[in-house]
Amino acid sequence: MAEDKGGGGHDPSRRDFLYVAAGGMGAVGVAGAVWPMIDQMNPSRDVLALSSIEVDLSGIEEGQSITVNWRGKPVFIRHRTAKEIAEARAVPMADLPDPEGDEARARKPEWLIMVGVCTHLGCVPLGQQGEYNGWFCPCHGSHYDTSGRIRKGPAPLNLPVPDYVYLDDNNIKIG
Amino acid sequence: MSGHSSFESNNAIVKWIEYRLPIFSFIHGAVGVYPTPKNLNYWWSMGSLAGIMLVLQIVTGIILAMHYTPHADMAFASTEHIMRDVNYGWLMRYMHANGASFFFIVVYIHILRGMYYGSYKAPREILWWMGIIIFILMMASAFMGYVLPWGQMSFWGATVITSLFSAVPLIGESIVTFLWGGYSVDQPTLNRFYSLHYLLPFVIIGVVFVHLWALHHHGSNNPLGIDRKGPQDSIPFHPYYTVKDLYGLGVFGTIFALVLFFAPNYMGHPDNYIPANPLVTPAHIVPEWYFLPFYAILRAIPDKLFGVIAMFASLLILFVLPWLDTSKVRSARFRPVYKMLFWAFFIDCIILGYLGGKPPEGIFIVAGRMATAFYFLFFLILPFIGWFERPKKLPESISTAVLDSGGGGAPDGATAKAEERG
Ligand code: HEM
Ligand code: FES
Repeated sequence: MAEDKGGGGHDPSRRDFLYVAAGGMGAVGVAGAVWPMIDQMNPSRDVLALSSIEVDLSGIEEGQSITVNWRGKPVFIRHRTAKEIAEARAVPMADLPDPEGDEARARKPEWLIMVGVCTHLGCVPLGQQGEYNGWFCPCHGSHYDTSGRIRKGPAPLNLPVPDYVYLDDNNIKIG
Repeated sequence: MSGHSSFESNNAIVKWIEYRLPIFSFIHGAVGVYPTPKNLNYWWSMGSLAGIMLVLQIVTGIILAMHYTPHADMAFASTEHIMRDVNYGWLMRYMHANGASFFFIVVYIHILRGMYYGSYKAPREILWWMGIIIFILMMASAFMGYVLPWGQMSFWGATVITSLFSAVPLIGESIVTFLWGGYSVDQPTLNRFYSLHYLLPFVIIGVVFVHLWALHHHGSNNPLGIDRKGPQDSIPFHPYYTVKDLYGLGVFGTIFALVLFFAPNYMGHPDNYIPANPLVTPAHIVPEWYFLPFYAILRAIPDKLFGVIAMFASLLILFVLPWLDTSKVRSARFRPVYKMLFWAFFIDCIILGYLGGKPPEGIFIVAGRMATAFYFLFFLILPFIGWFERPKKLPESISTAVLDSGGGGAPDGATAKAEERG
């Protein structure tokens, strides 16, 4: 508003420099103060500390599934039948909206481990249902095959496979 | 409030909005061209600082509320969770806890500024009232906030302060039970305090608006305490006072940061890091420092009911200050007797604050009674001072006073030393 540039014989460039320097420092300071206020909403350390779980597979018979809670989400662990494995491995890549081999998804063919959250809008699909005898999401009708890959419906991607390792033959660690 | 604006814009969008909602001329009128006395000193920066602190308390408070659990079994643990687990949670909590202290520092200076320069006198009595209401609401917010971490001081502070109401004859006990929602400070108390602690700052915002409305109607008082005689006595708020206030904010922020990062628990009490225990009272319980002068007055009176009355009276008497002070002269600069009395009152408040933090025994009791007596004496002798005191000669106008003392006011406004040492 009431600018007085050049008013009393000031050197305008010097004044501009002070103005920009002060404003710049101010902006850096504000950004530094605002970042903690945003970052506080990211997962806290106790949440991060709980982000892996161990599961014992020994009790799950062939053809059975269990659902475990990992980071508040369902993880499906299915002991697949030979037929399911054969079906999953026979599908040509060209038929898949999100092409991914079954070998890459199930490290040991009989154990399929994946996050049970529909990649459409987050519902939990139902097991051994749908047109491909895999999973079917009742919310908006997405069909997944016996490898948990999307085949039909609005979901864009396969059910994701979490990071996991075999601690020994019967125990895995997810996350 | 937008009365001073002659806002014009060539921007089509701005014009479209302005025609429907005159928000630009409102802002322009309130903090742009708003004519302000040209001689304000840094004591006048406290108002904007108080506003900034209120916003900071609300922002950090909303953030704490995202991680805090208002339950007697979990409140303490959730506060520790904020301190240890939440990203920058320690910073958010320390900002909020120390922010409350700094908010009070700023507001206390703001109030004393008003008393020194006679800002409460006509036509600013309602402005003054709104300020006291804000102050009382702040005390209520801070008290209830301090209960939330559910440490030993939280719990016993809540017990003691709510029990003040048991001094009310006949219905005292029922009032306290009502406040607690039970037979002791417990889950219902914590839950309602949390709700009210969240609410009150927004009520404060509302009162702040009325405060500013009244302020902008007659404009700021100034260190000379005389009315402005014409446009030569004013300068536009922006850029002069925006820059001055920003500089003040920089100095204030530096001090705040020093405490925040190097002594964050200096103003706190270690016992509040012990979880609340309804069966054991800490040996020596004290409120937060900003309540100490009032706490000292409470303890000075050896009678339960009268102690409570004295404590509330020490606050409420501020409401009638504009009428207790019978002098027509505002600024203490021209009132030799009042000036001395003011400083005596100031020192008395510091002494009361010191005594409030001491155990009620021996010499402290006697001193507490004397300091309390003087606190009220100040208000009681004020009317007489106005009658016999011979004020110094007031300057013709702000401009003549400022120019006489060698300050600026020359065309080269940017370097004007609008300030005058008092
Ligand atoms: C007038 C403004 C405010 C004042 C003076 C104030 C004061 C306080 C104080 C003194 C504490 C205790 C700090 C401690 O020792 O840990 C506290 C805690 C708390 N306040 Fe506020 N507060 C204000 C505004 C708010 C607002 C607007 C919210 C919520 C939106 C809020 C949420 C909280 C929470 C969740 C706690 C408990 C966590 C903790 O103890 O650090 N506050 N407040
Ligand atoms: S959420 Fe599964 S189909 Fe929409």
